[in-house]
Amino acid sequence: MNVEVPLNELPDEAEAYILSLPHGESGRRLEAMGLRPGKRIRKVYGMPFHGPITISLDGRQIAIGHGISAKIKVRPASKEENR
Amino acid sequence: MKGCACCQTKESCPFASAMEGKAGYKGRILLMGNPNVGKSAIFSRLTGVHALSSNYPGTTVGFTEGRLQLGKAAYRLIDVPGAYTLEPTNEAEEVACRILDEGADAVIVVLDATALERSLFLALQILEKGLPTVLVLNMSDEARHKGIEIDEKALEREVGVPVVSTVAVSGVGIKELLRAIGEARIVIPHHSSNEERWQRIGEIVSRVQRISHRHHTFKDRIEDISVHPLWGGILGAFVLAISFLSIRYIGEGLINYVLDPIFDAFWLPLLERISTALGGEGLLHSLLIGSLIEGRIDLEQSFGVLSTGVYVPIVMVFPYVLAFYAALSILEDIGYLPRLAVIFDALLHKLGLHGYAIVPNLLGLGCNVPGIMATRVLESERERFIASTLISVAVPCAGLQAMILGTLGTYGLKYVLTVYGTLFAAWLILGRILHAALPGYSPELIVEIPPYRLPRLRGFTTKLFFRAKEFFTDAIPLVFVGILIAGLLYESGIINVLTGAAAPIFDGVLGLPPETAGPILLGFLRKDVAVGFLLPLGLEPHQLVVASVTLSMTFPCIATFVVLLKELGVKRLLEALAIMIIAALAAGGTLNFLFSLAR
Repeated sequence: MNVEVPLNELPDEAEAYILSLPHGESGRRLEAMGLRPGKRIRKVYGMPFHGPITISLDGRQIAIGHGISAKIKVRPASKEENR
Repeated sequence: MKGCACCQTKESCPFASAMEGKAGYKGRILLMGNPNVGKSAIFSRLTGVHALSSNYPGTTVGFTEGRLQLGKAAYRLIDVPGAYTLEPTNEAEEVACRILDEGADAVIVVLDATALERSLFLALQILEKGLPTVLVLNMSDEARHKGIEIDEKALEREVGVPVVSTVAVSGVGIKELLRAIGEARIVIPHHSSNEERWQRIGEIVSRVQRISHRHHTFKDRIEDISVHPLWGGILGAFVLAISFLSIRYIGEGLINYVLDPIFDAFWLPLLERISTALGGEGLLHSLLIGSLIEGRIDLEQSFGVLSTGVYVPIVMVFPYVLAFYAALSILEDIGYLPRLAVIFDALLHKLGLHGYAIVPNLLGLGCNVPGIMATRVLESERERFIASTLISVAVPCAGLQAMILGTLGTYGLKYVLTVYGTLFAAWLILGRILHAALPGYSPELIVEIPPYRLPRLRGFTTKLFFRAKEFFTDAIPLVFVGILIAGLLYESGIINVLTGAAAPIFDGVLGLPPETAGPILLGFLRKDVAVGFLLPLGLEPHQLVVASVTLSMTFPCIATFVVLLKELGVKRLLEALAIMIIAALAAGGTLNFLFSLAR
C-alpha cells in the first residue's frame, strides 16, 4: 500500500509516515521541531471548522493549523506496520 | 535585575536592554534551548533571581538577566527566549539570534531529555557557532519515567562538550552544572546543512538513547481528550467557567470577609482622627482625606490619597488580581493554555490571528502589559498589531474588571454582563474589520503542546508572590499619583475646562453628563481608579455601563501605552490609538442608542 494523503484527510487516531512538508517558513519551523520526511506520527484529532490537527510525534503533541496540514503529505501505516 | 517603574513584570520590561552594561562582570553566559525546556527554572536555580516559568512554550519573550558566581568571578547570565532554530521564524527567535550573535563567554544549551532528537537540532546549530558550550539534559526524571534512557557520557563523547543531567524544578544536578560551566568547550565550527544535521542527530541518538516500550497511560488519554473536537471543547468551557467563578468568589470572599472588616475596624478610625486633626477641610485635607460625604469619610468616594487611594487598590482591586493570578498560574503550570490554542484556532482565524493568540489575550485579562509583550510569540507583524490592538481595546485588565464588578455588580448581574458582552462583541467585530482591512495573510498555528504536569506548590507560591509584589511596587504608586493629580485638577478647576470641551461628545453621542469626561481622561493613569471617580457622579446604572465600556475601550493606561510604543513603534501606535478612540465612541454610542430604545 503506497497511497499519499494530506495530513488533514488522515482519519483520527491513525498512524502514518511523513512524506513531505510544505516549502517556506512553516515547513522550516516544523522541521526544527523534529517533523520531517520518514518520521512516524499519530494523528490525535482534527478540530471542526478548519481547526487545527493535533499529531503525536515521538510521544509529544504538536498542533498544526488546518491550511498547513493540507500541505503535509503522509503515507498511512499499513496493518503490518501497526504495532 | 529590576524592571522600569511602569512594568508589571520585570522580565517583560521593554527597557531591559537599555539597562545593560553593568560594571563588575567578567563576561556573559547565555542560557539557550527550545521553548518550554525549563531554561527559566535553571536560570532561577543558578542566579537566585526569580524568572517567570510556566508549562507552555513562549513564557519568556524578553530576556531576564542575573548574576552567576563562578568561583571568584561574576558573570552576567542571560535567560534567552526559547527557539527551535537559529533561522528565526518568529520575534522570540529573532531576539534569541540577536543575543547569540553578540557573542558570549559560554553558552548553556538546555535540552529536553524527553525530546532529545528535536533538542539536538538547535544544539548542533549553536555548537557550530564556535563558542564554549555545555549541554544540559533537563527533565531527566520525566524521561526516565517515560522509559527513555540517555547515556550522558556517550553523548559527551559524541558532541565533544560537557553534558549534565538535571531536574531544574527540584534542583537536581545544578551543582554539577556549575562545575561543568567552567569546563565548557569549543568544538571546531563547521557549517552543515539541515540534512547533514539530521543525519548526525540520527547517529547520535541511536548511540546514546534507549527507549523501552510504554503503554498508553491515563495521562495520555486526558491529553488526547483535551484536543478532541467535542470533549475538548466541553472541557475547555468547563475549565474557563470554573476559573472565572473561582476568581469571582475568591475575590469577593477576600473583600467581604477579610479586607473590608480589617479596614472598617482599623483604617477608618485612624483616618477619622487624622481628619479631625486637620480640621476637616483645607487643601491638605482634601488631598489626603478627600471630601467628607455627609460629614463622614467614605472610603469609596472621598478621594483622598489615604482614603480612596488606599482603599481602591488594596481592598477593591488587589483581591481580584490575586485570585486571577492564582487561577492563571495553575492553568499555566498544568500546561492547559496551549490546549486552548487548539480549541480557539478556528475562531481566531476569523480575526486574522491563529489559536496561540489566545495566550496573550488571556494574560491581558490580568494586565495588558504582559499580554502585549506575549504577542511576541506570534509570527508576523500584522498579527502582533491586530492582537495588541485587540488587547488594549477590548480586553479589560483585572483591576478594571474588579472595579466594574464592584460598582455595577451592586445594581445587578445583567449590567455586568452587558459590559462583558459589549467588550466581547467589540473584540470580535474589531478583529474582523482589522483582518479585512490590513493587507497580508495570517500565518497558521504550529505549536508544541506540552505534557500535563502537576503544579508544584513552591513554584506556585513563588510565582504568586512575585506577581502580587509587582502589583504593590508598580501599580499602587500609580494609583496614588492618579488620585493626587485628580485632586489637583478638581481643586484648581482645570477639570471644568476639560469637561466643557468634551460636553458635546459626551452628551450627544454617549448620553453621559460632561463630568464623566474627567474620570475617563484619568483612565490614562489607572483605569481602576477612573471607575472609582465615576461613582460620586450619581450616574444611572445604564449610564455607568456606557461609561465603563467607553473607559475600557478608549485610550490605554500609561503602562500599556509605553509597552505599545515599544512593541509597535510610533506610527503603528498612533494608528492603534485612532482605532481605540473610534471603537470606544462607536461602542458607547451604540449602547446609548440601544438603551434609549429600551426606555
